[in-house]
Amino acid sequence: MTLDKNEKLNMEEILKDLDKYHPRRKGWTDRKPLPPGTKIGPFEYYQVSENLKNSIPLPVAHALQNIDPQPDAVITSEIASGRFEDDIRRMRMAAWHGADHMMVIRTTGQSHYDGLIEGTPEGVGGVPITRKQVRASRKALDMIEDEVGRPINFHSYVSGVAGPEIAVLFAEEGVNGAHQDPQYNVLYRNVNMLRSFVDAAVAKKLMAGAGIAQIDGAHNANATAREAWKVMPELLVQHALNSKYSELVGIPADKIYLSTVPPTGTPGPVLRMDLPYAVALRELFKNYKMRAQMNTKYMESDTREATVTHVLNLLISRLTNAHIQSTITPDEGRNVPWHYNSIHAVNTAKQALNGMDGLLEMVQLKEEGMLRDQAREIKERAVLFLEEILEDGGYFKAVEDGFFVDSGRYPERNGDGIARDSNGGVGANTIIERDKEYMAPVCDHFGYNKLPEGLKKACDPIDECTLCNPEKIVYIDELDEEDNANQRLAKMQEHREKGLIRPEVEWYGDGWVNTHLFLPAEPKVAEAAAIEWAKKLGMENPEVIHKQTMHPAEGTFIELKGQVNIDIDPSQIEIPEEEELIPEEEILKEIKDKPMRVVAATVGEDEHSVGMREIIDIKHGGIEGFGIKATYLGTSVSLQKAVDAAEEVNADAILISTIITHGDVHRLNMKKLHDLCVERGIRDRVILVAGGTQVTNDIAKDCGMDAGFGRGSKGHNVASFLVKRRREIQG
Amino acid sequence: MERQDDFARRREHLKDLSEEELYQRFWQLTEEIVSPLVDMAKTHTSPSIERSVLLRMGLDSMQAKELVKKIGDRELLSKGAGHVLLKVAQEKGIDVKEAAQALIEDRYWEIVDAHWGGGK
Ligand code: B12
Repeated sequence: MTLDKNEKLNMEEILKDLDKYHPRRKGWTDRKPLPPGTKIGPFEYYQVSENLKNSIPLPVAHALQNIDPQPDAVITSEIASGRFEDDIRRMRMAAWHGADHMMVIRTTGQSHYDGLIEGTPEGVGGVPITRKQVRASRKALDMIEDEVGRPINFHSYVSGVAGPEIAVLFAEEGVNGAHQDPQYNVLYRNVNMLRSFVDAAVAKKLMAGAGIAQIDGAHNANATAREAWKVMPELLVQHALNSKYSELVGIPADKIYLSTVPPTGTPGPVLRMDLPYAVALRELFKNYKMRAQMNTKYMESDTREATVTHVLNLLISRLTNAHIQSTITPDEGRNVPWHYNSIHAVNTAKQALNGMDGLLEMVQLKEEGMLRDQAREIKERAVLFLEEILEDGGYFKAVEDGFFVDSGRYPERNGDGIARDSNGGVGANTIIERDKEYMAPVCDHFGYNKLPEGLKKACDPIDECTLCNPEKIVYIDELDEEDNANQRLAKMQEHREKGLIRPEVEWYGDGWVNTHLFLPAEPKVAEAAAIEWAKKLGMENPEVIHKQTMHPAEGTFIELKGQVNIDIDPSQIEIPEEEELIPEEEILKEIKDKPMRVVAATVGEDEHSVGMREIIDIKHGGIEGFGIKATYLGTSVSLQKAVDAAEEVNADAILISTIITHGDVHRLNMKKLHDLCVERGIRDRVILVAGGTQVTNDIAKDCGMDAGFGRGSKGHNVASFLVKRRREIQG
Repeated sequence: MERQDDFARRREHLKDLSEEELYQRFWQLTEEIVSPLVDMAKTHTSPSIERSVLLRMGLDSMQAKELVKKIGDRELLSKGAGHVLLKVAQEKGIDVKEAAQALIEDRYWEIVDAHWGGGK
């Protein structure tokens, strides 16, 4: 099935015949880099990959030939609505903005679930990862990647006490990337450490077999530590343990990605702290790849602050390298990410990477001094850490002794590390020694396996396993009759079918809106006032989600969310129709047969000439290009003078630009122009057109104009209108 | 454990290493730490691993869960759940899915017991 960009994703279509769906490819896909110096629009690029077939460029790109250069790094979008049917819609939006790695967050608690979950129950802070969820998402992504014209990597987590089973699921269903790091289980999920490492080996081997890219979990140490920058030596250690373990188990080095976060937060001097670390890491781990993640530790409710932090993180990526550039939504610190914030995060990465394209063609990191000294010191501290693990009696002993996530900068120790007992935690004492007869007649199995002699494939005794023959996979649709996607979709079915519109941030029709207000009151008062105000507006469950003092007495900035379950029926409202333009050749011919003359000026006290010239100038596709003769009077032209000139040259139309709008001066200008023309008795034969950033067709008509043109208008629009209007007047 | 930062003293033996030597040392120590873990993984299994084997043999997740539970109760996971299942299928001349369903319904365990001494 192919997608029509004017149609929403059809969930029924996606859920149909899922039992028969199999992925069309397996394994991770990188972007295809373009050669250094590739021209895109007016610029040359050094760190870009192939363009997309369909995409949405950065907002201001329209002024730069509407280019949408795709950076060299794969860009991740964090997908965490809690409902997979909404996740899929979000993935499509993210893909159009340049994400090609969809990282689906798992529901809280899945790591302690001993087995696979089936169906599509609702999750908390993520979705339950199930076969149906994975299949439907992968199927949707097949369509979405065809739509944008670039392979999209689908990603989730292989952790918890069901790691090997989830790895089988992912290998079977064509999941392309996954987090896998037994240390994460041990330190943050309290899964028993022996179990965690034994399971991890099998999971990793399965991932290797399916070409799945592995991302580790070391970055969680700096999200946990009180002073995150102090754990730098430990971060190197954690990365090393997982990377080496993975490689020994069979994952090729080029599929091993380090999840690395610049640990420090502003207003700290983050670059000076984080750059030496980033350099040390990339030197020690030159055989592996980098998945640059953004800092989540030092972000709270201010999305602006978070965005700046992330841009600084992106600078580190450009000053070193990143194969995958992960993104964090700017609202991560205050709620489960909202649709548009996921997109903002993708755009932050794309914009910053574009903006810093080719930086290292001009700038070089110093070979001596602070940067080198600090990088060296971090490495030495990490080596000392490794030495002490061995002295202490190995990895498990070190974990028992609380070596990890201690807030001291190693070898400093604060005694606040996370200690675990090797006989404790979820899944304790559940590993079993394989005896001599142990056998598993399946492919991609790790470890001792006494298969019969002379097999070609491990699964010969069962005549193919599911990895060799996908037809053998058993698909379970739903287990819970109430808690599933169909039931949720049914609830809003009528709403959907009628095409009603309600605002949303997470789920279809959730009704949440966000408002920004400045209140001239101190924070406590402002917060209470904001809630009161929201109630009066009719918002349900109003909540202040960000509060920032502008001055203790003068006022407070507030972001407030609330639910408004108001539906708008688009068939009941008036939607301005898009003007159909007269084709260019037809305009040209008509003007040739019957010439047209206009007078143009920026009026009042306004010096903004660029927009007006844009509309007139032949070089910019302006109306002169259609043969229309324009008398351009310049800027700060009085309306009087404009009308005089029109009479003098017997103009068919007067075009005014009115950019400044303070005190509604643009409205006054338009009204005055109309009145003057009436006074002079020429209004019925001269066409009046106004334009400017705050001008709309409605406002202009209200003020006596024949038409108004705002931002983004083109000469063709104006020429087409002039020709149409002249036909009407002259019959 | 609490300890002041004694980096200056501790690093004595590292400070004259070249960058390359430090790199080698870093990875050699790492390998020393993880090698025993890899060995442990080679020689051990777990309920989740065994369920992953049964999934690969074409069982669904609920069957895999039940069967591993039953084999675990008999302390036979050390043989490999897939092995146990295969054995029953081969002796009965049926496919593994049929054999799995039978074992879940508490049939054919006599074959398993005959081979591996009945468990407990
Ligand atoms: C360039 C610029 C200037 C330049 C102007 C140089 C020049 N020769 O034009 C300079 C530095 C001189 C300047 C000065 C000022 N500027 Co100024 N300026 C801008 C800026 C950065 C870009 C405007 C521009 O060129 N846009 C590109 C063109 C192509 O877009 P456009 O103007 O919107 O035109 C399009 C449409 O609107 C439409 N259109 C426009 N006119 C017409 C006319 C017709 C007939 C038609 C059909 C269509 C049409 O079609 C065009 C093409 O699509 C904007 C901010 C911004 N980024 O938008 C502020 C902005 C326009 N300036 C602003 C202000 C306030 C000023 C000053 C008053 C600042 C000051 N206090 O000194 C002075 C004004 C001086 C004066 N007397 O006019 C404000 C206006 C706010 C408002 N709505 O009232 C803006 C929005 C910035 C801001 N937010 O403060 N400015």
